[in-house]
Amino acid sequence: MFVRLLKLTLSLTLITLGFVSLSSAQNPVLKIGFVGVTSGPAAAWGISNQRSMETRAAWLNELGGVTIGDTTYDIEIVSFDDQKDPKRAIAGMEKMAQEGIHYVVGPNVDDGAAAVRPVAEAQGIMYFPYAFPKALYTAPASNAVLGMIASYQSGPPIYKYLMDNEGVSSVAFIAANESDPLSQRDNGVEAANALGLDIVSENVTYQVDTTDFVPVLTPVIRTNPDLLVLSGVSPANAPQLIRSARELGFEGIISTETAHDARVLQEGAGDLANGFISVGGASTPEIASDAMKEFVQRYTEMFGEYNDESNTKVYALEYILETLKANPAAIDDVNEFQKTMDTFEAPNPFMKGDAKLSYVGMTSFGQKRQVSVPMVINVYQDGQFETLFVGTVD
Amino acid sequence: MEQILVNGVYLGAQYAMIALGLTLIFSLMNVLNFAHGQMYVIGGFVTYTIYGQLGIPFVVALFASCFTLAIIGALVERYLFGPVLKRSAREESSMLLAAGIALLLDAVILLLFGEKQRGVPKIVDGVFNWDFRIIIPYDRIVICCLAIFCIVAFIAFMQYTKTGRALRALAQDRVACQLMGVNVDRYSTIGFALGALLAGLVGGLLVTITGVNLGMGTPTSIKAFMMVMIGGAGVISGAIAGGIILGFLEAFGLAYLSQYGDITYLLIFITLMVFLAIRPQGLMGKPWG
Repeated sequence: MFVRLLKLTLSLTLITLGFVSLSSAQNPVLKIGFVGVTSGPAAAWGISNQRSMETRAAWLNELGGVTIGDTTYDIEIVSFDDQKDPKRAIAGMEKMAQEGIHYVVGPNVDDGAAAVRPVAEAQGIMYFPYAFPKALYTAPASNAVLGMIASYQSGPPIYKYLMDNEGVSSVAFIAANESDPLSQRDNGVEAANALGLDIVSENVTYQVDTTDFVPVLTPVIRTNPDLLVLSGVSPANAPQLIRSARELGFEGIISTETAHDARVLQEGAGDLANGFISVGGASTPEIASDAMKEFVQRYTEMFGEYNDESNTKVYALEYILETLKANPAAIDDVNEFQKTMDTFEAPNPFMKGDAKLSYVGMTSFGQKRQVSVPMVINVYQDGQFETLFVGTVD
Repeated sequence: MEQILVNGVYLGAQYAMIALGLTLIFSLMNVLNFAHGQMYVIGGFVTYTIYGQLGIPFVVALFASCFTLAIIGALVERYLFGPVLKRSAREESSMLLAAGIALLLDAVILLLFGEKQRGVPKIVDGVFNWDFRIIIPYDRIVICCLAIFCIVAFIAFMQYTKTGRALRALAQDRVACQLMGVNVDRYSTIGFALGALLAGLVGGLLVTITGVNLGMGTPTSIKAFMMVMIGGAGVISGAIAGGIILGFLEAFGLAYLSQYGDITYLLIFITLMVFLAIRPQGLMGKPWG
């Protein structure tokens, strides 16, 4: 009796295991990597990247996977926290190579993106950094694709708009003392000079771990600029900077060229953040498609809370998959991917109308090494972003 | 100049509060608590949740932060530091344990509170503006006064209560304390809980001004260690002096050196190195530990 029961249990277990393995192995898996910062003060940048990818991958898998050529794949996101450390970023990219991954999103910062370039080019990996150094995207560099709008692309239109529409004539810059914000500040100063703006303060910087900005901002506010630019400001620092500037009596316009989250601004600065200008993505009501709204809803369901920075970060995975669909030979050959980039075009699912996904960057880099995402300039007002204007990058 | 002095007092008061808990734990247990900054962050998040999210009065949230951290501190001492210090005479054991706890708390914070910067409504609206010579928001004045009050209350507690006297005795000579019949284990737990409580208190107070995010822990610990090094490790008055000195150095540096870039902390670190080379025990510490 006992032996029969044991045999029956064993058989049922084996059958169940067989079903489970069959169902989970329905589609082969296509691994896409993420190497970026998901811990420490800048964690919000990388986590919004990673979660955007995981949300979109889960959604696509739920729909049955992604068909590339004759094969339908389930998408798996392989993540690595580089802790904003270039050495760790290299280790992360090497891990991706060991796993046979050819497409990676990240890193999030300039030095990390520059550090992984030799590994990516040697190991045949295309990577999509959120970092702005032109050398990464200009020949002979070949494997990096800028995943967003660079500050030197969004800064000049913002300043021009404010000069024409708000009568701005003087500007002050403040930046954290680290590579990304400093280079973005330098780009901003160059653009402001070219436009003829009077630069009243450009040297004040702050420690990246500063928590109270009143002492830092006091000398800047005393210069009384029309526009205060928070160059490369992180989402963690923006509300405190805005709040301190307003409390010190600053009544001009505050702007930045990085993406931000409305709830973070609301909690950290409240009404004092009204009028803050930043760069956004595709979720403002004016331009968001139903797919974008569903993405926001799915992201919120998966992680409890949406992050507005994902408005731009939703795109990289989409570009990788759509380009692979356009040329299935690129699935393990990045040279094929690069060939396809020049002529690639697909519908943009996240924007209303007939917007297209395509690669751009000819003006800035001399080759198509940037994803075409809408350059949405947002203004924060009463807890949400409103679209100030929408531009494009060629 | 008036603005710089006000900024110095304000920064000094909050820094002194941060350093107090760290130096208390060091004096009692000879433990460098690398997780002090993370405890501060948890205090901020507890206040954020109770005051910012649930809308319960700020004072209640502040008590909840203190209580939560006191419990965490007591548990950490009773089940982690206590056993390790009994079993290992090597100082690096407790240092590694502290670093491990810091990493663990970082992960727990990310899991429970997420990656975003969080902030709470201001406890007092408005800005004090004296002819543009001194500009300081009222909430900073309130927090500064509360911080000074807490420091005075803490000193009074340590000076005039039985528990405070026992803790001071424990800090001076653990063995003598034991011989005099003090329950050393119990007071070690109380002392660690009190140190953690102070971290929670200052986290809860400062979330109203600086907000809180998961990355604030380690930089906070580093600043706290700097203050303790300036004032003298394990000396309460030294931590207060270290905090105030650092606050004034920062305020003056940011006012006079900002046009040369971010060299304030560079100079502070250089000054600290030279100072420690001359007086390694800090301003008020003893050379023999």
